[in-house]
Amino acid sequence: MPILELREVTKRFGQTIALQSVDLSLETGRVHALIGENGAGKSTMMNIVSGAIRPDSGSMTLRQSPYSPTDTQDARRKGIALIHQELSLAPHLTVTENILLGNEMSRFGWIDRKASEQSAIDALNNFDHPDIRPKMVVGRLSTAARQVVEICRVLASGAKIILMDEPTSSLQRDDVRRLFKVIRKLKSDGITIVYISHFLEEVRELADDFTILRDGKNIVSGQIADVTDEFIISKMVGRSVEKIFPKRDRPPEGAEVALGVRGLSAPPLLKDATFELRSGEILGIAGLIGAGRTAMVRALFGIDEPASGEVLVRGTAVSARGGNPTFRLLQGIGYVSEDRKDEGLALDLSIADNVTITRFDSCSRMGWLNLGEQNMQSEKLMAELAVKASSALQTVRTLSGGNQQKVAIARLLHQRADVLLLDEPTRGIDIGSKTKIYEAIASLADQGKAILMISSYLPELFGMCDRLAVMTRGRLSPTRPIEKWTPELVLNAAISAAHNEALADANGY
Amino acid sequence: MRMDTDLPKAMSKRTQTVLRKWLTLMGPFLGLFAVILFFAVITGQPEKFLSPFNIRIILSQTVIVAICAIGMTLVIISGGIDLSVGSAIALASVATALCVNGGIDPILAVLVGMLVGGLVGFVNGAVISGLRVVPFIATLGMLGIARGAAKWIAHQQPVDAVPTWIDGLVVNFPEPSWLILAPGIWLAIALAVLMAVVLRKTVFGRRVFAVGSNEAAARACGISTNRLKIWIYGVAGLFFGLAGVMEMSRLRQGDPTVAVGTELDVIAAVVIGGGSLNGGQGTIVGSIVGALIMSFLRNGCQQMGWANYIQEIIIGAIIIAAVAFDQIRLRRS
Repeated sequence: MPILELREVTKRFGQTIALQSVDLSLETGRVHALIGENGAGKSTMMNIVSGAIRPDSGSMTLRQSPYSPTDTQDARRKGIALIHQELSLAPHLTVTENILLGNEMSRFGWIDRKASEQSAIDALNNFDHPDIRPKMVVGRLSTAARQVVEICRVLASGAKIILMDEPTSSLQRDDVRRLFKVIRKLKSDGITIVYISHFLEEVRELADDFTILRDGKNIVSGQIADVTDEFIISKMVGRSVEKIFPKRDRPPEGAEVALGVRGLSAPPLLKDATFELRSGEILGIAGLIGAGRTAMVRALFGIDEPASGEVLVRGTAVSARGGNPTFRLLQGIGYVSEDRKDEGLALDLSIADNVTITRFDSCSRMGWLNLGEQNMQSEKLMAELAVKASSALQTVRTLSGGNQQKVAIARLLHQRADVLLLDEPTRGIDIGSKTKIYEAIASLADQGKAILMISSYLPELFGMCDRLAVMTRGRLSPTRPIEKWTPELVLNAAISAAHNEALADANGY
Repeated sequence: MRMDTDLPKAMSKRTQTVLRKWLTLMGPFLGLFAVILFFAVITGQPEKFLSPFNIRIILSQTVIVAICAIGMTLVIISGGIDLSVGSAIALASVATALCVNGGIDPILAVLVGMLVGGLVGFVNGAVISGLRVVPFIATLGMLGIARGAAKWIAHQQPVDAVPTWIDGLVVNFPEPSWLILAPGIWLAIALAVLMAVVLRKTVFGRRVFAVGSNEAAARACGISTNRLKIWIYGVAGLFFGLAGVMEMSRLRQGDPTVAVGTELDVIAAVVIGGGSLNGGQGTIVGSIVGALIMSFLRNGCQQMGWANYIQEIIIGAIIIAAVAFDQIRLRRS
């Protein structure tokens, strides 16, 4: 007997049909994976189930009775809660206050602190996270810890159906393990879970059932054990994916060193990084989230002030200190931040503005923009990267995550940077867009650009990079050709070295 | 088990957090202390600057800004702003004076004054959440509307109020003298304590912080942020209305042209006291101390015989310094 059923649910936003006559059937105590590219309608479906938006037509039944939540509060009362992709915590409030936000335990409006803290502790006890204490202010917690708080909030509200939208996108490996443990426990407690993820490995490990959406339509549902990864991918993208990663020749030995970095440090996150990046090669940087990879590129690009180190651009060595983004841009270095929304793009500006912003002089004269020229240049790059948009004038905010990332890359192309620093270039975007971005990166390398690619997704590093180094607790390992690495070696370098250093720290070293 | 090994580290970390919390809390007090010390020394007559007489004058002068600062703290913590404070004060003061002259019981007149302020705030909140006008613009509009309304009902001239006990609310020397401070000051202190407790210990108070800290999160958790905002602006309006009553008491008349620009003093008090215009941050105590800092400054400058423009420059510099100091502190942590 399904606990929740959706029948022929349809939702339109203006002209676009987000969901078209979609069905979904959830069984009690099972994990149901919702799979699909970005824009396939997964989030719309979750928003409908969680009461955030109402369907245009179709019906929902919860435990055999009609279910049509008026708002999220109503859905929560009925035991359905959504954990958002973007963390929705109040950073100034404590862990307890966040867990009980909207559900405060009170007597005549006065908060019952004892009871509140107890129920926060009860929720936290589901996790192996003794470092999160009820009275801590959430703004001071790590991303992973915040995620835990967010899940606790849903548990504390007594949810019977939990919708998780990309819950692991900001988690490290250890925390993913812990999260999976919790999901399994929830399952054994009879809680039903809808799980959205881009990681097929996760889906395979965790889910019992699956539903694939594409372009707002149901493609197929079934039990995950009955199907192969290839089958899932082909159904998601609507075509069979022979090879996700483009084939590419190795750059010639002894190519020019486009960027050299020696002893770069920016404590506390970055302690020591030395590497050389040659024209035409893709250098991968692996490591755990928070290991100092982002700190490294930020110090390199001059966003954060490094404490010491040398940077060589085309053979000229200069101190890394005093570098700033304006200067680095002039040196032909381009940077795409991992934080697309806050740092990477000006979301409220048009695609054309975003693409040409670092080199406005290419389409302006005496400070006056030639809008036709600007559009033309942008549209050329949009076509090259297959950006899905009505025109170059469309606001970037209205694009999907994958298309936004393409715009960010298009900006680097327009900037004609020789050295590209890409921090998590494919995070949170669907496979179709990923493939396009991989192709773009590969073709840039073929054109002789030097590319530094930070990623937490090992298959992508192994599929794309020529050489690889691992960042561990602020120290960068020596760079080695990719064939000298295995995923096990990378993880070992990332984790065991971290473990050793933790021991050293504990001994007061 | 794990707790045991973590304990020493955790303790030191906790001590740090507590220390930082204290510094944040004590910051405004240190500023106030510095201002008092500065003028006690520079006037060369600390016994005069710090005499009970002078302190009473300073407190009486602070009471209006302080009462408004209580309401404004609420608004600013919620991530909003209210620019209509001065106009709300004028409107409330005129309304109170008209009620007193109309022979209504003074206590009811005071209530009417407060409710007029509350109504102004309610409309602000309704426009902000219902019509989706950003607080800056909504209350900027109200600044004009309330001021105009005040002039309208007062027929463009001050309304002299017949004498009642209201006149004694903010006098320098209260009757009976065992009160030591004017009743209005005691009322302001009581309300400050009340609101500080409400902000810390009630569902409403914590939700004010939640909506200022992350509005989307608050909404996702089922909090009706629209209704909450109407409440916030409405409650703040009650305080502005009460300040209007105090203004009428001080002038013994309802003056529709009074308190022009008071909102800026009030916002300055909250910001000096540690409130953040980004929301989620601020304390009642801090805001009151912020108001006191400005009053002591003004008074000190007057004692020194410094021109008005010097005061203005100093206060402007202090506002910037307070926020800059806050930024440095944030970057450190």
